[in-house]
Amino acid sequence: MSMIRFSKDHEWIRVEDGKGVIGITDYAQAQLGDVVFVELPEMGATLMKGDEAAVVESVKAASELYAPVSGEVSALNQALVDDPALANSQPMDDGWFFEITLNDLTELDELLDDEAYEAYLAELG
Amino acid sequence: MPMNRTGRPSHSGEGTLPAPFESFSGHRGLRHEEPLIFEIGDARHSGVDIEDAGDFQTALGGLERNGSIGLPGLSEPQTVRHFTRLSQKNYGIDSGFFPLGSCTMKHNPRLNEKVARLPGLADIHPLQPQSTVQGALAVMRDLSHWLMTLTGMPAVALNPKAGAHGELCGIMAIRAALEARGDARKIILVPESAHGTNPATAVFCGYQVKAIPAGPDGRVDLEALKKALGPDVAGIMLTNPNTCGLFERDIIKIAEAVHEAGGFFYCDGANFNAIVGRVRPGDLGIDAMHINLHKTFSTPHGGGGPGSGPVVFSEALAPYAPLPYVVETDDGLALHEHHQGADDQSFGRLVAFHGQMGMYVRALAYMLSHGHDGLRQLAEDAVLNANYLLAELSTHITASFTGPCMHEALFDDRFLKDTGISTLDFAKAMIDEGYHPMTMYFPLVVHGAMLIEPTESESKATLDEFIASMRGLAAAAKEAAETGKTERFTAAPHFAPLRRLDETLAARQPLLKWTAPTPSQAAE
Amino acid sequence: MRYLPHNDRDRQAMLKAIGVASIDDLFADVPKAARLSSPLDLPSHKSELEVDRLFRDYARRNIPAAEHAFFVGCGAYRHHIPASVDYIIQRGEFLTAYTPYQPEIAQGTLQYLFEFQTQIANLLGCDVANASLYDGSTACGEAILMARRITRGRKKAILAGGLHAHYGDVVETITQYGDEQVIRLQPLADDPARDLQNLIDSIDEETACVVVQTPDLFGHLHDLGPLAEAAHAKGALLVAVVTEVVSLGAVKSPGEMGADIVVAEGQSIGNGLNFGGPYLGLFATREKYVRQMPGRLAGQTRDADGKRGFVLTLSTREQHIRREKATSNICTNSGLCALAFTVHMTLLGEKGLRQLAMINHKKATQLRAALAGIDGVEVLNQSYFNELCVRLPGRADALVEALAGQKILAGVPASRLYPQRPELANILILAITETVSEADIALLAGALRDYLATPGIKER
Repeated sequence: MSMIRFSKDHEWIRVEDGKGVIGITDYAQAQLGDVVFVELPEMGATLMKGDEAAVVESVKAASELYAPVSGEVSALNQALVDDPALANSQPMDDGWFFEITLNDLTELDELLDDEAYEAYLAELG
Repeated sequence: MPMNRTGRPSHSGEGTLPAPFESFSGHRGLRHEEPLIFEIGDARHSGVDIEDAGDFQTALGGLERNGSIGLPGLSEPQTVRHFTRLSQKNYGIDSGFFPLGSCTMKHNPRLNEKVARLPGLADIHPLQPQSTVQGALAVMRDLSHWLMTLTGMPAVALNPKAGAHGELCGIMAIRAALEARGDARKIILVPESAHGTNPATAVFCGYQVKAIPAGPDGRVDLEALKKALGPDVAGIMLTNPNTCGLFERDIIKIAEAVHEAGGFFYCDGANFNAIVGRVRPGDLGIDAMHINLHKTFSTPHGGGGPGSGPVVFSEALAPYAPLPYVVETDDGLALHEHHQGADDQSFGRLVAFHGQMGMYVRALAYMLSHGHDGLRQLAEDAVLNANYLLAELSTHITASFTGPCMHEALFDDRFLKDTGISTLDFAKAMIDEGYHPMTMYFPLVVHGAMLIEPTESESKATLDEFIASMRGLAAAAKEAAETGKTERFTAAPHFAPLRRLDETLAARQPLLKWTAPTPSQAAE
Repeated sequence: MRYLPHNDRDRQAMLKAIGVASIDDLFADVPKAARLSSPLDLPSHKSELEVDRLFRDYARRNIPAAEHAFFVGCGAYRHHIPASVDYIIQRGEFLTAYTPYQPEIAQGTLQYLFEFQTQIANLLGCDVANASLYDGSTACGEAILMARRITRGRKKAILAGGLHAHYGDVVETITQYGDEQVIRLQPLADDPARDLQNLIDSIDEETACVVVQTPDLFGHLHDLGPLAEAAHAKGALLVAVVTEVVSLGAVKSPGEMGADIVVAEGQSIGNGLNFGGPYLGLFATREKYVRQMPGRLAGQTRDADGKRGFVLTLSTREQHIRREKATSNICTNSGLCALAFTVHMTLLGEKGLRQLAMINHKKATQLRAALAGIDGVEVLNQSYFNELCVRLPGRADALVEALAGQKILAGVPASRLYPQRPELANILILAITETVSEADIALLAGALRDYLATPGIKER
């Protein structure tokens, strides 16, 4: 049974069996505009929550994707590197960035659930 | 992910206007299609006559270059035509009004070009014996004198090669001064409205950047600044007049507060044009300031360089200025090129030689032409022109702040609200009107910024034409929103050599050099 | 004032429209204490004729290269520039344009930058080149910072002894406040092989890059192959520097020899001596490093009608977007100098460049022969392109001063660049290009012979 959580930095993480797949939200991709380049972390890298994990660039902006939880990078989405437009067209599925093997599942409690993230977006206007 | 967004859309325009017909040549009258030199030249042709060296015993250490290099040649007439046609696809100050905010696109006098080409000034080598270049050293000395007098500062480093390079020079001097007194401060304060080069420079010199918010009047919030100051603050980088086109009213108090906290005050002098001859930065408490010779002193922008960014220094920073610099000796002028002894505190060398001599000559010619009276008058006219545009345009286009402004006026996109037309669309429509658009989406402190800097070079008639055109566009935008026919804007430009370009494609599949087509491509 | 269009009537009308009484009202935000009340102590305005005279006077106090037998090089070279180059760069559409931020009305600039980038990449033997930097020395500094980014965490840069002294100084200056570690090897005028070996021996696991110049400061040519191999074996990058790009019409490019980043001073093509600036920094590298590259880049794309066009691209590396995270603080290139380069290179073409390079080299062999025949002069080069160094029996700077009085600029004394190295005091570096005649060589050789025959010279 998978669960999905969001960060206030507009990242999502879908967790199943202690592994979390991470990407950027639809809101984030819309704000960035056409994504032209993505740089992913190294396979096997250890990330602490809040570390700079990936870079996403559009024509007009460059942003870092911070690790929403701590853990070890256990998979990378090479298809996204080859076709960064996936981050725009399918941000929540084929446009995923990388997978992390979580150290501490309780870190997820600090993130937002679906409803809370929606409310947060509404606040941003 | 924090989004450092500028709000600038990047899509290419939609919609089109039909051409009457296609010409057989692909050209349209004076508007020529021009291929790349790689498509019209080849390795066998040349536009120079150089004798063949013939057979001789070479000494190239067995490193002869044998294979093809990939450099096509053209005869002289073909070369001249190629580059002339390219030039005709460009907009320069000579072509028309170029109100690009923060860039000071003023007239470039041709006298300056002429004197910079005198063989006695152009055909001299930086490492010739100094006895053979006394005139060149005198140009550097006299330019220094003008810059120090105009700014009221006791020292100047001429060598930085651009404004951003000047910033680097200034912040390095600050760091050197702090280190000399054993003071390892870590933070540079930078207002939100600053040029992007300011924070980049501070980080380059090993500092952390702390942003200072702007107050509602578009100026630095003095109280917020005072709160941010402390024993860890090395200094502040402040643009004055600032990038909203406003004079920082509290600047003297800012300088006092920074000095009291033991820091230094770096001023970004990009906008010196507004105050030259009327205000001396030295009287404002500044420790270092770069001056863009390519802005205030009219050396040509040249499509993006070469620039020149001398930095003036206060007494406190003067000892740390970079090498080399001109000194007076018993034998005439000399270049101080190397550290001499332990008490020589210069932070070192920034460029291979002495800086942008070609720009020094042009800038000095400009200063001598104007004199102190003409420089003061040009600042006044630049400010007058900007305020005239602010007054005449703010009836139709939303001004971000009330006047008076200095040399540039800031507008934003509130007047386009609900029209479906963005600042970018509006700017592209200005191209169809025959203008170079203003600076857009900068500064970041207002939404959809439009920063208009007319400079003193423009006549009232030019400004009146521009005002009429801008008012017309603003009215057309409102009307377009009502009828839903926004193509005039969203598909603009219609009359430029090219339509809107796809920046996304360029960035996703970077094609940064020409490569020969494969046989299958060639067959297409 | 001839550059200001307004008359007082215009000014009054505009003040009225603004709604203020006087120009002073527009400067109301300036603190009273900072308003200048009296005129500055500077001269008042001058006519075009007067200014023209003043500059002729400045110019008269210099001795231009054309009036000498001229052998000065060391990073700036006097070549003949075809007349049409200066004509093109003075066209107002190029001269008075800004950075091409509005590509629809800046295709002229963007297309020549694309042509320039292609010429540079091919000339230096690399995949990609940028749209230029300030000059060769700052490009060298940027290359070291880039190598640092690529090799993540490695801090050490090792500079060959044959790297131009000023380039080494610039590198030291700009890295002094970072945590980079810069190691400068000893300059060896007479032993280029040892210089290269020292470089190879210095490479370790901490090394981000090694920096080598060819032809080097003393004119020696280097085969970079073994150095590239040694650097790569330890995971370091090879940065190659070229200060005389005409050499690349005769000598293998650094890219072909395995360099990862190649920087150069491009002044030799299209740009005059100008007493040291403005010059033209060239920067090229491998495709895989392009996002780590500093400076502007023009790229090809299409417009809304599908027509080919060019834009500035990959600008997310730059400071107007990344601000404090930019790859560099550089914001300009040397646009007009790049145009001069591209026009001159188009006129030359591959054929002209090769001919030019071989004429330069041939002249250098003639110079070498003339110098080698002079008693007391020891030529230190086995390999060279158009620059040589010699060891004299006495100080080289004294010789240069003495010959300047005879309308001969004999070269650069190594002490001008290394005043604190007594072992280089007698070293003279001489460059020769197509602009130097055989008569000039004979003049130099004669004067040198006479000078050295003067009693007491060798003891100075």
